[in-house]
Amino acid sequence: MSAPNSYVRPMKGWWLKHPFYLKYMIRESSALFVTVYALILLRGLWCLVEGPDAYAGWLEALTNPGLIAFHFLAMLLAAYHTGTWFAVSPKVVPHIYIGESRIPDAFITRIQYVIAIVCYLVLLVLVAGV
Amino acid sequence: MADEKIIQFEVLRYRPEQDAEPVWQSYEVPFTDDMSVLQGLQYIKDNLDGSLSYRWSCRMAICGSCGMMVNDTPSLSCQTFLRDIYPEKVRVQALTHFPIERDLVIDLSDFVEKLESITPWIVPKEPRSLEDGEYLQTPKQLAQIEQFSSCINCMLCYAACPQYGLNNHFTGPGILALLHRYNADSRDGARNKRMEIVNSEDGVWGCTLVGYCSVVCPKDVDPANAVNRNKINSTMDFFTHFFRSEGDSK
Repeated sequence: MSAPNSYVRPMKGWWLKHPFYLKYMIRESSALFVTVYALILLRGLWCLVEGPDAYAGWLEALTNPGLIAFHFLAMLLAAYHTGTWFAVSPKVVPHIYIGESRIPDAFITRIQYVIAIVCYLVLLVLVAGV
Repeated sequence: MADEKIIQFEVLRYRPEQDAEPVWQSYEVPFTDDMSVLQGLQYIKDNLDGSLSYRWSCRMAICGSCGMMVNDTPSLSCQTFLRDIYPEKVRVQALTHFPIERDLVIDLSDFVEKLESITPWIVPKEPRSLEDGEYLQTPKQLAQIEQFSSCINCMLCYAACPQYGLNNHFTGPGILALLHRYNADSRDGARNKRMEIVNSEDGVWGCTLVGYCSVVCPKDVDPANAVNRNKINSTMDFFTHFFRSEGDSK
């Protein structure tokens, strides 16, 4: 039970009150951009099923400068989201031990960057080889 | 004192008998390099304004009493030094997300009620008599809980958690970390009972992994880790409850 006459401070604008909260909100809102990107991609797949003309029309629509700008922004936000996720991922896993020594949080974060870089390099080789 | 400087304090005052809402009040405090924010407040109370209210006890970051917002960051005022803030002003207010009872004193009844609710003690898995001897643990079993047992109930993590500020039914980082401390203890047998709190609407699923709780924790408890690894436990608990017998907890 609360004490009588205690004062509860309002939460309005809480995410602007500290840079940490603002970064958190950018991380969370990046999901909206990724969702729109996924919908555009889904539309492309739909057009591919409809036939060559529809697919060519979708590719043509993607050359719109507004859409190019959107994709660039979505890519930046997705990269930011990925970085923040790598940073917080040690928080979501139980402590991992090798023998008696615990794997440090920083190692879990770094190993994900290594895996990501390897994946991108493999992808690059595959795409370049096609 | 030759090396004495003056630092400006701004303190959010709230005296319910005269203030409809909190008001900022300024003080000029002479300080030396070895003085903490808490010592600055003690100077104000002893020399400038005896009506200022705040909690404190040990002065060495052990008791967890003197938590407050120092320049908008949840901090233990006894281990925040004026030399690190000067020449900026020191803006001090009560821990956010809690009701202010008076000046820098928060109403912590919600925290205490939640603390009581998690069975914050070891319920022996197998009761032993004195003749049976101690409950032994290996160093590895101790390592599973040691970090989470360092919590001093200072509530800085609650002041860092916007989810608690938006919905104070959320059990919150510190209590969920303590809950994990007992659930992860090899000697404990009350896990199923505590999992009801973990699995509930206001349990671990109220956390959106802002992560600031672990940043402000003065004891490196890492409550964000305790809360979020229990999302895995809660998920496992949901799927395994289909196979458990009647009487076992959800």
